[in-house]
Amino acid sequence: MGPLIPNHLIPLEWNNIIAIIIGIAFGFVLEASGFSSSRKLAGVFYGYDFAVLKVFFTAAVVSVIGIYYMDYLGYLDITQLYVHPTYLWAAIIGGAIMGVGFVAGGFCPGTSLCAVAIGKLDAWIYVFGILIGIFIFSELYNFIEPLFNGDFLGNITLIDTFNWNPYWFIFIFSIIAIIAFAVADFVQKKVKKVFY
Amino acid sequence: MKNNQENKHVYWNPYYGGFLLGIIIIFTFYITGRGLGASGAMKSSVVTLVDTVAPTHAENNAYYKTFINEEDSPMNTWLVYEALGVLIGAFLSGGLNGRISWRIQHSPKITSKRRLVFALIGGVLFGLGAQIARGCTSGAALSGMAVLSTGGFITMLAIFGTAYLTAYFFRKNWI
Repeated sequence: MGPLIPNHLIPLEWNNIIAIIIGIAFGFVLEASGFSSSRKLAGVFYGYDFAVLKVFFTAAVVSVIGIYYMDYLGYLDITQLYVHPTYLWAAIIGGAIMGVGFVAGGFCPGTSLCAVAIGKLDAWIYVFGILIGIFIFSELYNFIEPLFNGDFLGNITLIDTFNWNPYWFIFIFSIIAIIAFAVADFVQKKVKKVFY
Repeated sequence: MKNNQENKHVYWNPYYGGFLLGIIIIFTFYITGRGLGASGAMKSSVVTLVDTVAPTHAENNAYYKTFINEEDSPMNTWLVYEALGVLIGAFLSGGLNGRISWRIQHSPKITSKRRLVFALIGGVLFGLGAQIARGCTSGAALSGMAVLSTGGFITMLAIFGTAYLTAYFFRKNWI
């Protein structure tokens, strides 16, 4: 039963090799979907290209359905999976800062790595900026620490927070995705085309 | 390849790319019990750099200290290997499609210099935000949403919500 490495069904020595293989697949799919282009990524904020919304939302729906289905069939124990912890205000403020960075720079860290790999110099500068940002955070850590470690709600899921039935939530989440795709196509038709 | 005349870059259907990305996330959780990431490798790089240049400073800083280990380099982590893979994978895809070249991509309405300045500002903000929220679009939002993490959903909404709210002020750079 999965997850395989934490349950010692695959020896730990394979961990880093698997990391590289997963990374290659991740980078290949991102680049092939056009995520090495900042102008394509930024399109989602101006309505001329909704690739980010479509790729991101499809991936979220597919992965959450797959993980819960594998748990239902008994191949994967969902309780053993790492759940990203919830620090309420750190998640909101960190996310808000990232949002401004996204429109200003046109990349997020994963997509900037893809653009670095194919020689986009703006992405090299962007990654350099990320390193500076992390450096600033670390140097100001004592000042930011109360926000960073405050309002810790645990490694909770939406199921814990709202007491929802996960299967119904995933079903509704998928419907929302389909509606979002339809709205995106409608908006894109109305917006002036941008070539890049 | 008629589209090449109008738009040099022909990419995958986004639903196809998104489906494959979803499969990769399932596979990653199935094998390792954790999700994907991107900013983690950059954090390891900063920690390693500071630890090499100013080791005493790094040891006196409460944040760097948590990632420094006497026996092992901070670069020897899962996320660093994964990020190396991302570079290889993107290079393969870009190479197969003839997209590899040194260039600065920007809207014809702005200069290269302006693009680079905004790229730098964007990077600094994203790096800072990703540390505060303990992950970026990959680690917090995408991998968090795959297991329905409340924090992952909050971070995702905060990123896209703020980006839409502030997009107006940056419109000259893109449209």
